Amino acid sequence: MPAGILTTLAADKPVLDTGHTAFMLISAALVMVMTPGLAFFYGGMVRVKSVLNMLMMSFISLGIITILWTLFGFSLAFGTDHGGFIGGTDWLGMRHIGITQLWPGYGIPIYVFAVFQLMFAVITPALISGALADRVRFTAWALFITLWAIVVYFPVAHWVWGTGGWLAKLGVIDFAGGTAVHINAGAAALGVILVIGKRVGFKRDPFRPHNLPLVMLGAGLLWFGWFGFNAGSWLGADGVAAVAFTNTQVATAAAMLGWLGYERIRHGSFTTLGAASGAVAGLVAITPACGSVSPMGAIAVGVIAGVLCAWAVGLKFKLGYDDSLDVVGVHMVGGIVGSLLIGLFATGGVGQTAKGLFYGGGFGQLGKQAVGVVCVLLYSLVVSAVLAKVIDLVMGFRVSEDDEVSGIDQCEHAETGYDFAGVGSAARLGGLPVAAESKAVTGKKNETASPAQAAEPKVDA
Amino acid sequence: MKLITAVIKPHRLDEVKTALQDFGVQGLTVTEASGYGRQRGHTEVYRGAEYTVDLVPKIRIEVLAEDADADELIEVLVKAARTGKIGDGKVWSVPVDTAVRVRTGERGPDAL
Repeated sequence: MPAGILTTLAADKPVLDTGHTAFMLISAALVMVMTPGLAFFYGGMVRVKSVLNMLMMSFISLGIITILWTLFGFSLAFGTDHGGFIGGTDWLGMRHIGITQLWPGYGIPIYVFAVFQLMFAVITPALISGALADRVRFTAWALFITLWAIVVYFPVAHWVWGTGGWLAKLGVIDFAGGTAVHINAGAAALGVILVIGKRVGFKRDPFRPHNLPLVMLGAGLLWFGWFGFNAGSWLGADGVAAVAFTNTQVATAAAMLGWLGYERIRHGSFTTLGAASGAVAGLVAITPACGSVSPMGAIAVGVIAGVLCAWAVGLKFKLGYDDSLDVVGVHMVGGIVGSLLIGLFATGGVGQTAKGLFYGGGFGQLGKQAVGVVCVLLYSLVVSAVLAKVIDLVMGFRVSEDDEVSGIDQCEHAETGYDFAGVGSAARLGGLPVAAESKAVTGKKNETASPAQAAEPKVDA
Repeated sequence: MKLITAVIKPHRLDEVKTALQDFGVQGLTVTEASGYGRQRGHTEVYRGAEYTVDLVPKIRIEVLAEDADADELIEVLVKAARTGKIGDGKVWSVPVDTAVRVRTGERGPDAL
């Protein structure tokens, strides 16, 4: 999506290219699987009593954002430009898009571009959820991501990637989402947690991850899906996509090693959580840069991101904000690292012609990158904090302290993640679904029914 | 009769079970437990945050024995459970009034 390179794929008059189109459809599916991957990544890191809520906060984004995107999101982000800030209303409801109509300058249909971009819009709000573990009402979260997509994501995607977007016109390079996705989500997470506060027991109780294998599974799915995210962002299957693909792998490997090395020196062990986190930090950092740097540059970006993020996740304890699963420490910091390093390591010979400081380009590109970073960060931080404050005043953003301590899965979802008992004590039939309206199903506090009765009714029992 | 209770390291369970079977024990009950003794807990690190885990996993074994066998059984059990390192666990016994075999209704030593 980088501006200014529109003609490299297909010279003067692009025609539909089935190879590019097939690659992009598969890339869209790869990006889709990142959201469930993220759910596992986060879900394994919380305690047993809130795993389902953590999974659902990501999963619901697939539902809500998909519909918003279809209704007006794609049009607002990528429709006809209005002043560089927002797209138009020409594609509301995805109408007036011909199935043979190509995305301007490329060999792929607009529909392919729209569904590929949809997956980015889905995962970005889901990224925020990691900072809000254990403590927010599900309806408040659903409302938040709805409003956030409308007033933050759709406009920012337009600034960065939209035809005529003001950051794109300025020359800010964001190949696949360092600013629009990662800084955007990380800053939003910071804004919300500054409003809603810490988990009960922050800095006092141990918040041990309940399932590290699940975290590793999630990290693996993210890594896999990220090839679609990064290489697919070239919107075509050719040598530049291959370089982006290579850089994605190289930087991620380097960041994992960087994080592991840092924690071995600082804390004495190579941890699985460190390996998974380092990999994600590398994926984040190379996202904006994968179309600008060489594989050697990708190693530098990866190592720097791995070490810096490993250090940054400790800041929350020093500064006292509860960034529960380190969305700020990994995504905001990693996004900033990757976006700024373009200003140093861009070779000018991959997908973009802009050169970084180390390749004789001077400070120009670094300055542009800094403008992109600061603008997206501040906009997302401030607007997200305001949204969180409004939602908190209107309906209350957090669950009660009681519900938080006893477990958000039961009070918000009327379910339990795992049945450890296995001896029949866990559940008793509380009423078949047809007769159950008065019980359990409302999902909010079951004062009358015991937790056992609220547990899943089995139709075949 | 005596109820002998042992809290041991999980990885010693197989040795203890075999030793008790060889000794002639006809049945026992095993429970997964958590606890600490002088060994205290251990430290774990997650993204640089260090957590002291106080309660470590243990295995609790309960076995009924006739008074005459109890001392020797405890010795067998302790020998099988010992690694010589801190955290090996504890064994104790208490007197038991009665025991009933559910299937037959037999009482006392006959129920063992």
